[in-house]
Amino acid sequence: MDRPVSYNIHPKGLEKDISMAEMPEGSMGEGFFATTLDKVVGLARKNSIWPLPFATSCCGIEFMATMGSHYDLARFGSERVGFSPRQCDLLMVMGTIAKKMGPVVKLVYLQMAEPRWVMAVGACACSGGIFDTYSVLQGIDQVVPVDVYVPGCPPRPEAIIDGIIRVQDLVGKESLRRRNSQQYKGLLESYGIQ
Amino acid sequence: MSLTNEHIKEKLVEKFGEQVNNFTEPHGMLTFEAPKELNLKVLNFLYDAPELKFRFLTTLCAVHYPQQKEKELAVVYHLHNLEDNVRIRFKIFTDISKPDIYTATGLFSAANWLERETYDFYGVNFIGHPNLKRILNVEEMDYFPMRKEYPLEDSTRIDKDDEMFGRGGTFGYGTEKTDQGTIAEAEKNNEGEAVL
Repeated sequence: MDRPVSYNIHPKGLEKDISMAEMPEGSMGEGFFATTLDKVVGLARKNSIWPLPFATSCCGIEFMATMGSHYDLARFGSERVGFSPRQCDLLMVMGTIAKKMGPVVKLVYLQMAEPRWVMAVGACACSGGIFDTYSVLQGIDQVVPVDVYVPGCPPRPEAIIDGIIRVQDLVGKESLRRRNSQQYKGLLESYGIQ
Repeated sequence: MSLTNEHIKEKLVEKFGEQVNNFTEPHGMLTFEAPKELNLKVLNFLYDAPELKFRFLTTLCAVHYPQQKEKELAVVYHLHNLEDNVRIRFKIFTDISKPDIYTATGLFSAANWLERETYDFYGVNFIGHPNLKRILNVEEMDYFPMRKEYPLEDSTRIDKDDEMFGRGGTFGYGTEKTDQGTIAEAEKNNEGEAVL
């Protein structure tokens, strides 16, 4: 005998209208709106992130589920996933990266244009996961700088979406001068990237 | 007359005499050994003999037996006869300090990558191989991973500590400190005492 469904059986309305992004602070007048540039640019960038799914193993399958219609990633602006690093903002590394694959991930990262973000999805990309062995890279942060880590083995699509939302927060709040700053250059130097 | 294990054994003993030995049949698959100098002769015989026709090299791998001195590395060939659907296993043993085996790439092209993999993981040197270098591991690796010669955990790691490997540490919630620190703890200079 089936157990009857006991959660989520009363449909709830939306708390607020999600079809329009929130307006940043600024001063408004008759026919004009003035705000700072980085708020506007941040708003535009965060709602149209084009990810590059570097899907290697099981987490890639969870990503496929995330892109499907049930857990839709397209509603966050990632309708177009590109497989070319030249055209993408967010490198999502999903799956186990072997030591032999490390230079390949680094090459793909180098080919991306600024501003670029990296998301490590799954335990293997974050830290090597359960594969503590001679052939697996113990975390992609040994070769590329990572912005968001999504733990899980594999993380549920909701967790991947949570990671995307955190990336959106980072993108929206990023200063326009960050990529030219000394600190960022120092970070790239520590990875051997000029 | 179908190709039975006895028939294969008879033909091998007829040709090679006492040099092929140790015929066993684990799970019905005929298995035998020969000295490593004869490996190509045996493989060629199994390939060319008109009743035997073992023309398919299914797989080639090595085994490391650290306890058998002078015969630590075994190289195992699995050959298959596609017409009569019969498979046999052929083993050769070699000393780990001089693991030189003649290559089978002249006879089977599949042996090319299989021997590279065997070299990569066990260090077996195939004499006459056209391109003997590492195939699955990073090229800078200087040890052979599948040999049973060294500890399973890398003792120079500092990011994984004793507690994770089940040595010492505590079963608490991480709120207690113990006297014997973990490897990461040992790197720090803390003068704090054990707080219980």
